[in-house]
Amino acid sequence: MNETPSRSSGAAIDALYAEAHHWDVNTGDETIHAKRIPGKWRRIKWLAASVWLIFFLGPYLRWNGHQAVLFDIPNRQYHLFGVTVLPQDFWMLSLLLLFFAILLAVVTALAGRVYCGYFCFQTVWTDVFTWIEEKLEGSPPQRRHLDKAALDARKLRIKLTKHTLWLLIGFFTGFSFVAWFYGAWPLWRDFFVGNANLAVYVSVALFTGGTYLLAGWLREQVCFWLCPYARIQGVMLDRSTIVPTYDVARGEPRARLKKGEPTAQPSAGDCIDCNQCVAVCPTGIDIRNGQQEGCITCGLCLDACDAVMDKVGRPRGLVRYASLDEAQGRPVKAMLLRPRVWVYTAILGLALVGIVYGLSSLAAIELKVLHERAPMFVQLSDGSIQNKYTLKVLNKSEQDLSVRIRAESAVPISLIGAEEPLRTTSGEVKPMIVFVKIKRSDLDGERMPITFQATTELDNGNEINAERESAFFGPARGGTDE
Amino acid sequence: MADHNPFPGENNTGHFWDDNIRELNNPPPQWWMIALWASLAWFILYGLLYPMFPVMPWQSQESGGFTRGILGWSSIQEFERGMEQVTAVRAQYEDRIADMSAEEILADPGLTQYTLASAKVIFGDYCAACHGSGGQGNPGYPVLADDDWLYGGSLAKITETITNGRKGAMTAHKDILTEAEVDRLARFTVELADGGEGSEAGWALFNEKGCTACHGQAANGILAELPDGTIVTVGAANLTDSIWRFEPGGYESARHTILYGVNQPGIENTRDAVMPAFGDAGGNLEGKLDSNQIKKLAVYVHSLGGGQ
Repeated sequence: MNETPSRSSGAAIDALYAEAHHWDVNTGDETIHAKRIPGKWRRIKWLAASVWLIFFLGPYLRWNGHQAVLFDIPNRQYHLFGVTVLPQDFWMLSLLLLFFAILLAVVTALAGRVYCGYFCFQTVWTDVFTWIEEKLEGSPPQRRHLDKAALDARKLRIKLTKHTLWLLIGFFTGFSFVAWFYGAWPLWRDFFVGNANLAVYVSVALFTGGTYLLAGWLREQVCFWLCPYARIQGVMLDRSTIVPTYDVARGEPRARLKKGEPTAQPSAGDCIDCNQCVAVCPTGIDIRNGQQEGCITCGLCLDACDAVMDKVGRPRGLVRYASLDEAQGRPVKAMLLRPRVWVYTAILGLALVGIVYGLSSLAAIELKVLHERAPMFVQLSDGSIQNKYTLKVLNKSEQDLSVRIRAESAVPISLIGAEEPLRTTSGEVKPMIVFVKIKRSDLDGERMPITFQATTELDNGNEINAERESAFFGPARGGTDE
Repeated sequence: MADHNPFPGENNTGHFWDDNIRELNNPPPQWWMIALWASLAWFILYGLLYPMFPVMPWQSQESGGFTRGILGWSSIQEFERGMEQVTAVRAQYEDRIADMSAEEILADPGLTQYTLASAKVIFGDYCAACHGSGGQGNPGYPVLADDDWLYGGSLAKITETITNGRKGAMTAHKDILTEAEVDRLARFTVELADGGEGSEAGWALFNEKGCTACHGQAANGILAELPDGTIVTVGAANLTDSIWRFEPGGYESARHTILYGVNQPGIENTRDAVMPAFGDAGGNLEGKLDSNQIKKLAVYVHSLGGGQ
């Protein structure tokens, strides 16, 4: 082979390697010990995180003597305040999921990974875990020092306390999760004496272990390498999305402040290269390198930079929430002029309308009609045609109901088997077999529409109807006539 | 192997090719190695606990061909336990059904529901081959979902039919009647089936040739009605309704049946119409049904659409 090209390409590859050496990718080689400082975004972060109190306290809410929200899987009933949703109504769940998926999209398009920074359980739990860590082990340098120190009684005591607290939080996370499904009071009653079922213990164990591992050990590594949302949200950003941005024009060139020097150097930018923005970052990135995959847009670097700017007497906002367009001095498009906003809003609205419609129109009974297929129809000895139907009446109310069945068609019919009302039990499906007979001379085709109607009366006197279309089948005209 | 390392400080193994291609020493991450060893440990533990290693693979597990595992688990045991659970769930219904008559079962909606679900399987195994999966019948095999019964559609009659089987008989008339008489009688049955009164000549011939002996005075297959409502038949077809016993129905079918009869030994082209007995006649249950199963089947057939 020719020597020269291989040598030159070898040199190019070496250059690539040299460049790669400067890529700073957080692969968890070093534990991030972020500094905690007070500020506006820190307060907002705690407020947003407190939404998760609903997760812990929600199962204790009562409604009419029941748990307000209970997902009763063994009985296949889902109680949402006064409403009971059965699996048959689960199309609403898909709308709910659509709603939240689009909400995530619209929020991301407008304001970046707000969910990641303020609401995500990974962020919130990690925040609480590291808060405990700081209370026990001290500031980041102290923590690093303790990590390196040899194991002695003090270290053992601190570490033991920390991990116990972490595990306890993990345990109550799992316990509260299960309470939504098992019921909070029964769970407290059954769990600690070994009376709950295996699924409960396994769930709580998985949650305890999972929370401890993810929030205690993996932390920002989850956002970097495990979380699909982080990747999806990353591609939904565009030039007009508002994210934490370092004002390059104002900040560069960076210059360290030295004692005795005037704070305003005409030749230097506003960034004093104090690295506070890096020190406070929970994912350990440098926001001055621009928006990047590690940024969960939590705004803590804004607090850090603003505090420093206040100290050195320069205006706040060197790192601020801004779009790429704004940061680069391009014209900023008004939010309502972006088609994305309208499309997302329209989908959100549709999903919401569907859910509201579904919840408001939950009927107390539901009727299903299954037409017998073998045989499709039977000829009786008097020449009339009989069809067999299996009716399934679902009682979604909380009382047992007596349901009357009627059938109607364009021609006179006789309904057999529905003389007595059907006794239905709350929350159950009751099947019923009925026959419909039509005179041969009345049949006007191989297939005729027929409507079944179920009627019942609730305890409060309200009459409720459920209707279902089906078909009546007969022989083809002239087919078996002779 | 180069004597000097042109890339000092790099974690290479010291193997170089073409100056700059070298083998780096990048061991798998620790978690990966932990996972590997954990998998191996899992494999060994699993092999100890469950049947796994073939010792003498040409032998079955029972005869020691495979290690059985400490837990002694086997899939057939799991299956048998599952079957026991199913039996236990069914027992509450089965015990009640055993002490009840078919009529009593039909009067209880919950038990009827259980019986229909349970009998559907028996029907599929023993009845559907001839009568169709939903009792819709097949050419030569009666529809069970209509209201036309050769031997009666009461629960008692259906039970009797399933238990003892049925074998109808009709004389072959090809050597008894003239061609013209056969033609007249065949046309007579078509008249009746179409809802007509039947011609006088037809009725005369019907009576004269002794058809009434089996088909009854009114040609409706009924020989007598007992005071308690029980109907006496010999299984002869009701000629006055619009349902034909033998497909496709109509003149040709009627003529064929009159000429060659039903189940006549030695007659070519005779109609073949035999329902086997499913009851435990000789105390031998092999391949047949016990009285509980027959009871369930009777309820099922009765509910297909034409029970009386």
